[in-house]
Amino acid sequence: MYSVSKLADFSPAALDSAARELKSALEDEAAAVSGEGEWKALRDRWMARKNGILTQLNDQWLKAAPAPAKRDVGQRVNELKKLVEEHIDSASARISTSGTASRLEQERVDVTLPGTRRKIGIEHPLVRTMNEIIAVFKAMGYSVAEGPEVETDYYNFESLNFPPNHPARDTQDTLIISGQQGKPLRERLLLRTHTSPVQIRTMEKQPPPVRVVVPGRVHRADTADATHSPIFHQVEGLAVDSNITFCDLKGTLDQAAKAMFGSSVRTRFYPSFFPFTEPSADMQISCFKCGGSGRLDGAKCGMCKASGWIEILGSGMVDPNVYGFVGYDAKKYSGFAFGMGVERIAILKYGIDDIQLFYQGDVRFLEQFA
Amino acid sequence: MRISPNWLREFVDITVEDSRLAEDLTHAGIAVESIVGSGEKTIFEMEITTNRVDAMNHYGVARECSAIYDINLKPITPKLAQGNTQQFPVEIREPELCGRYTARAIRDIRIEKSPRYIAERLLIEDHHAINNVADATNYTLMELGHPTHAFDLDRLEGGKIVVRRAKAGEKLKTLDGVQRELTPDDLVIAAAARPVGLAGIMGGYDTMITADTHNVLIESAWFDPATVRRTARRLGMHTDASHRFERGADWAATTLACDRVAELVLATGGGKLAEYQDCIARNPTHGPIQFDSGEVRRILGLDIPDSEVSRILRRLGFGLERKGRSTSSPPSSSAEVYKVEIPTWRTDVEREIDLIEEVARIHGFNNFANTLPSFSGAVVEQPHERPQQKLRARLLALGYDEAISPTFISNSDSQRFSSAQAIALENPLSDETPLMRNSLLPGMLDMIACNFNRGTSDIRLFELGNVFDGTTQEVNQHRHACFSATGLLDVFSVMQTPRSSDFFDVKGDAENLLALFAIESVDFVAPASNYFHPGRSAKISVGRNVVGELGQLHPDIAAERKFKQDVWLAWLDLDRLYSVPLREPRYERLSRYPSIERDFSLLLDAGMSYERLRQAIAALGIPELRSIEAHELFRGGAVPEGKYSLLLRLTFQSWERTLRDDDVAGWSQQVIAAVNSLGGSLRV
Repeated sequence: MYSVSKLADFSPAALDSAARELKSALEDEAAAVSGEGEWKALRDRWMARKNGILTQLNDQWLKAAPAPAKRDVGQRVNELKKLVEEHIDSASARISTSGTASRLEQERVDVTLPGTRRKIGIEHPLVRTMNEIIAVFKAMGYSVAEGPEVETDYYNFESLNFPPNHPARDTQDTLIISGQQGKPLRERLLLRTHTSPVQIRTMEKQPPPVRVVVPGRVHRADTADATHSPIFHQVEGLAVDSNITFCDLKGTLDQAAKAMFGSSVRTRFYPSFFPFTEPSADMQISCFKCGGSGRLDGAKCGMCKASGWIEILGSGMVDPNVYGFVGYDAKKYSGFAFGMGVERIAILKYGIDDIQLFYQGDVRFLEQFA
Repeated sequence: MRISPNWLREFVDITVEDSRLAEDLTHAGIAVESIVGSGEKTIFEMEITTNRVDAMNHYGVARECSAIYDINLKPITPKLAQGNTQQFPVEIREPELCGRYTARAIRDIRIEKSPRYIAERLLIEDHHAINNVADATNYTLMELGHPTHAFDLDRLEGGKIVVRRAKAGEKLKTLDGVQRELTPDDLVIAAAARPVGLAGIMGGYDTMITADTHNVLIESAWFDPATVRRTARRLGMHTDASHRFERGADWAATTLACDRVAELVLATGGGKLAEYQDCIARNPTHGPIQFDSGEVRRILGLDIPDSEVSRILRRLGFGLERKGRSTSSPPSSSAEVYKVEIPTWRTDVEREIDLIEEVARIHGFNNFANTLPSFSGAVVEQPHERPQQKLRARLLALGYDEAISPTFISNSDSQRFSSAQAIALENPLSDETPLMRNSLLPGMLDMIACNFNRGTSDIRLFELGNVFDGTTQEVNQHRHACFSATGLLDVFSVMQTPRSSDFFDVKGDAENLLALFAIESVDFVAPASNYFHPGRSAKISVGRNVVGELGQLHPDIAAERKFKQDVWLAWLDLDRLYSVPLREPRYERLSRYPSIERDFSLLLDAGMSYERLRQAIAALGIPELRSIEAHELFRGGAVPEGKYSLLLRLTFQSWERTLRDDDVAGWSQQVIAAVNSLGGSLRV
């Protein structure tokens, strides 16, 4: 097998001869290569940094050459280097056409094995629902506003037209911060029972027009079970301007319902009561499961309890008393507010049977929302 | 509350079927929740909003029907023979708390069972017939909505009624047999020195009607809502009477209700009318309000003709008197200004807007068009919105599932996981968790435990939420993030063996999150708080601020919670982080020249931190030094005790030229000198 011999004679003739010997060995060896393994061996033998033939050429010919011959030797070594690369490349090209079928066969994988899926985080269904609602209203020109979870009685009740000792306060069992007894009622701290205080905070900060949507966490002193939670989330909305009417409230919420639940959804409104709106209205949507017929696959629709309608949110025209608390002119401005429970909407949308699942971080539950 | 449509039909000639009636009432805001039974036994299960106490009885609902269908409402006029005109003595000592007290005595009656038609109607509300007198009061309540009470007149010592505040410590055994201790905040009905009834809530036990009763006194009064409510709440009592008085009873209805009870008692128990009293202390009803029908259009957005507006209001019992043309509406409008008298039963109607609501609900909400408002003004983004969105998106991209945990934590957790003063609740939901969370970590650990208990061991969770601290005077709310990883890092793959999360995974995730912000440099300083493993945790500092901590949950805490595997945790103070702007991408021209890598195998003292080494090399200030990377780390084996070996890879590149070997050789010498100055050496 060819090996680089030391040169004693650096004359052009001797160099020619040595180069020829190398060339012929290279051609023979390259031609003999018939597989991937052999080709790799060839490449390493000739081109390896450590002790490859080209390295040896460098050491034994070029470095050993006397100064006058250096230039000539250098040139020849470079040429040989190019030649070696060419032969090795062409050998590779040759075997890769001839060896394709067998090599590719060896590389075959079972494509029915499962893919390696990198873990991707899953959005919480409540945050996902909340963000979907917010996106609907943002597209309608609403800004997002937020407020503190610990509120004063003033913001949570009084300024929203719940007078002290009013029975309407009973419907919102309130969690209270300890040590408030010594304070005037309106300064007492509590956990907000709805996101509506942010209506007041927003109007205090800016003159009309106002258009905000308010996501947030709220608390009520409810015992936790499959349908109740002391913690839940709301999205509140408020629009105040000159010339906003009850028809606008209906149109806006109808449009939002269609964006949230599908364009075929119909809405209807019922009188209701909230101290901070007048008139107040509950909105129902036609059942998105049975299409409002109340029947599904020949049986009663469980989603809407066969009524064809599902209650989705509360709303109303902002009560003039509320404008009084924030210094808006009730004779000049009008507006509407609405609020919906995020849990309720997520429960309806995904058919979840236990509200507690939202707060347990159970991966088996969360994974269903991937 | 329940309503019998059959009973309603005594007062109004309703022509529609019960099911249609239920629907029409609901659309007018008198919600029928469900219909039970059929034919004459049909019963509506009602859901009346708290403001509509006037509709919590049959006659009130009949009035709504009269407005909805525009039909006449028949009056209730009890027929009583002329009785004895002697006055029954009543003294109201608290005119603020008791506005009116009507009383009628009936003597020589028989206590009997009520006739069947009364007993059956009481059953609508699941009231079982007691005797003809008690039943008459309950029947009247269901019919008219005004609560009344009947005393055994012979047991009222002194033959006189006094309405006064209770004395401190005074006791009263109420009808339900419970002995109540009273305070001066409570209003009582007293006879002689003794209270005989808790005003507006429940009568006294000792003066109740029994089989031996011969003479009765019917009480029909008006009590202050707030007083009734306060006492009822304090005593934990909720009665049909208190429910109505709290919400505002009809001041003018005391005489009618009293007469109606008397009529029923006389019809069933015989006897004769005796003394009477209608003692008026004050009149709480409110006067007329001005109503501009142009406001109907402005607020509702629909032109409802004045004729329709006044028809609706009159049917509901309002009195309208035209005062002139509206001045606030455009001249083309036909709007008028009216003086509107408010019926005494409508305690909820005090303002023009209340009248507009009446018009809207009887007109029917679904008869209003759906329109969209024209808007001015722009959408404004809150400063934290964008960083929060980016942080959340990145946590999701890093493979953490989003979770939400409850707000309340235990005393021990609040002390263990934060030094901030936690906020206590006055009325906590549970004695175990009386505090608002001052850290997201307890909630996170509970969620991890919940997963372990259900057989899930590979968990990656994050939560974005508020934590609270401060005092009873001032509560501070802070935005925090928390994330945790435990178990295997990757999902199952046939091709690779997964490995468990370690410190550097969690640190890398934290670094990826911090990289969202334009932070000059982040320092990880060991150790972190003592709930972390002291050797595997660090504070995360940006400048002088600690913005969070990360590391392994302390093995002792893990053992307490019965965790059988390492749990990695991190928390971030987002208020602090969001005060830093988001990192803006910055373009840098790419070099056209090749880069050169040099590996240095170093031997370093065990105490030498990577960060010191990195800083020492960076301090050389070699502009062509593009990156410093730690590649491999060895301990033990050929590496002597007290030392470790680190393979460091430096990359050099110039924007001006191709680097020569001797450039790199020179810089390498500087690097080695820097390593030497730290007591390290090149490994040979």
